[in-house]
Amino acid sequence: MKIAILDYQLGNVRSLINACESLGAEVIFSKDHNEILDSNGLILPGVGSFPQGVKNLEKFDLIKTVKSFAASNKPFLGICLGMQLLFESSEEFGTHKGLNIIKGDVVKFPIQELDSKKLPHVGWNEIVKNKHNSFFLNNLADNSDMYFVHSYYVRPTDSSSVMTTTNYAGFDFCSSVIVNNVIGCQFHPEKSGKNGLIVMKNFIEMCNV
Amino acid sequence: MKKSRVIARIDVKNEFAIKGIHLEGLRKVGDPNSLAKKYYEEGVDEIIFMDAVAAYYDRNSLTEVILNASRDVFIPITVGGGLRTIEDIQVALENGADKVAINSKAIHSPEFIKQAVKIYGTQCIVSSIDAKQYDDMKWYAYTDNGRERTSKDVIDWAKEVEQLGAGEILLTSIDCDGTKKGFDYDLCSRVSNEVSIPVISSGGMGKSEDATRLFKSSNIDGIAIASILHYELESVSEIKYCLLKNSINIRI
Repeated sequence: MKIAILDYQLGNVRSLINACESLGAEVIFSKDHNEILDSNGLILPGVGSFPQGVKNLEKFDLIKTVKSFAASNKPFLGICLGMQLLFESSEEFGTHKGLNIIKGDVVKFPIQELDSKKLPHVGWNEIVKNKHNSFFLNNLADNSDMYFVHSYYVRPTDSSSVMTTTNYAGFDFCSSVIVNNVIGCQFHPEKSGKNGLIVMKNFIEMCNV
Repeated sequence: MKKSRVIARIDVKNEFAIKGIHLEGLRKVGDPNSLAKKYYEEGVDEIIFMDAVAAYYDRNSLTEVILNASRDVFIPITVGGGLRTIEDIQVALENGADKVAINSKAIHSPEFIKQAVKIYGTQCIVSSIDAKQYDDMKWYAYTDNGRERTSKDVIDWAKEVEQLGAGEILLTSIDCDGTKKGFDYDLCSRVSNEVSIPVISSGGMGKSEDATRLFKSSNIDGIAIASILHYELESVSEIKYCLLKNSINIRI
């Protein structure tokens, strides 16, 4: 069993690799099409801007790889920008097209509606379970704290794909999604201490099936 | 609602965790990685590693420390001290840092923040501001770990780094650092009210009540604490319990 973490040169992946390995998973950090499609699970990480993310995926010819894997029915996890890229479009630095794997878009927090007027949303916040049957959230208490760093959030067209919501400064947003085998989370499990390791362990178990 | 953060700040010189008073008179307090792991297990929300002498010698020597920390500390790690080039940032991030804190270089060339934000995103770039009071409600920004005074007024500089795109401010009071006599509440209140990015306050915490007072009297997002933890005056959980008791929203 091995899990691929997509190497498209965006952000810190070391802690993600270390988190998976600390849970006993074999990890490959790869941009090789065949190697990735042969893996039992794929994680699309990403810290940075949406247009830069798309640009790097194009640069390394990874769009087809990511789409093929998403269509393969094997567990797929997008984290932070890696989740946002799965959507149809984002308004970060102009309108940009995403991978169109999940219907919906990515928009900036409406700062005028926030109680605190502070962006980015950075720090620990609670996730409220919307869809209780996902194994990804197994063994995790409702309202668990996770670590967030972002100014944009996803708006899935199909509200039933919302797995958790989070309230930032009085504003509710979708903090994780699930569409069949594709999971996305806005928070960073690899940075969320013990709670984060619980969902990472669940993801690894899903890949093991 | 978002939680107020309790962050462990570990200043490092050579391979030792150290602590001074007013950023001077550095004393060894332990091994940086053992301390980081201990605070992580006690429930701290983030770790900041600061190379205390890097700016002075023009280099950051924390690569090994971050690399080790990323193996067993699964919370955000910030690295600061002596980061002067995009390459320095790249190396820090590749070795497991999530954020970098920049002071001296940004003061000398503010465009550096803009450039770094463009490449790594606003969430990654922390503006580290060392402040020392010179008049009633007035503070100058200092560089080189509190050694060099600049002509920059801290409030103006805080607003400027926000404009340049910094995602957070790490605000250190040189006057309060290491004294354990409480935070510079005026400074924290002023800066956190003037900017709309998160502000982390560093310097002065000697007991839990200091943190409660700070969170109640300002818009500070988090505290970066050192002496109180290193000298085992109070543990992370004791501090958090006290905050919780005083209705401060924190992660438990």
